[in-house]
Amino acid sequence: MKRFLLLLTLMFAAPALADSGLPPPELAYTQLRDPAKELRAKALMETLRCLVCQGQSIADSDAEMAADMRALVRQRIEAGETPDQVRGWLIQRYGDYVTYDPPFSWLTAPLWAAPVLLIAIGLFIARRSFGKDDDESEGQEGTRA
Amino acid sequence: MRRLLIWAPLALFVLVFGLVASGLFAPGERAVKSAMIGQPAPAFTLPALLPGKPGVDSKTFADGKPRLVNVFASWCGPCIAEAPQLMKMREMGIEIVGIATADTPEAMLGFLTRNGDPFTAIGDDRNRKVQFAFGSAGVPETFVIDGKGKVTYQHIGYVGPQDMPKLLEALAAAR
Repeated sequence: MKRFLLLLTLMFAAPALADSGLPPPELAYTQLRDPAKELRAKALMETLRCLVCQGQSIADSDAEMAADMRALVRQRIEAGETPDQVRGWLIQRYGDYVTYDPPFSWLTAPLWAAPVLLIAIGLFIARRSFGKDDDESEGQEGTRA
Repeated sequence: MRRLLIWAPLALFVLVFGLVASGLFAPGERAVKSAMIGQPAPAFTLPALLPGKPGVDSKTFADGKPRLVNVFASWCGPCIAEAPQLMKMREMGIEIVGIATADTPEAMLGFLTRNGDPFTAIGDDRNRKVQFAFGSAGVPETFVIDGKGKVTYQHIGYVGPQDMPKLLEALAAAR
């Protein structure tokens, strides 16, 4: 019975659904007074990953934790930190995973190189298809399935 | 060459299919790990959440003995499930410091009354600032801090009976 109850509690134990029921901190849903700072904070928030949803930015997420992180970002920007400093502080704690704008390193190099590579492959295929007039691709459409 | 190229789309399909299948059968780790392991614990002071129970000051972490920092909340289900294990460790004489996440004194008092109180100190981390500073991405999470105040181990999720050996080992290594 006790084990069953424990399992029952664990069934509802998704931290993502846990909710403290407390009101969010002040700067979670209010903008900064200084529009220039708010702009910087907002741009930064759009590039930070919500740790609960993991597929949303904290600007989009309604998770309590994201609200607290928005407040943290705004407080730090208001105190005069640059967005890069705030991002750096979070990366120091959560690793590159916390940002949607990953810094360039050997680990992230494939991420950055992939689009370039795909465009190069596309150009190569396009050149082969349209560029050269070799006789095997000319005038034989009728005979091919 | 041409004859081989005919097989390229199929090979590519098999590759993608294999990738998707492997992802289905072995889904990736969803937990976000802290990057603070091996680093000094963040510097912070948290006020006491409850009267008669001190708050938390990170300066006390460098007093030569290892301890646990438990990021938890009264509103979190798994925190109830890990309470017996924490109580056991308390009986072993292990110091457990609580970081109460987005909590109120009333709710916490009820939680401790129902589940026991293994904490020597409980800090009021109302807006998750200390949770963020530790690189913790949810509740409950348990960190091992060594006698020099360095974070040496992170346990994500509730501490079940099956997790005790690992935690005790990490604590022993932190001496």
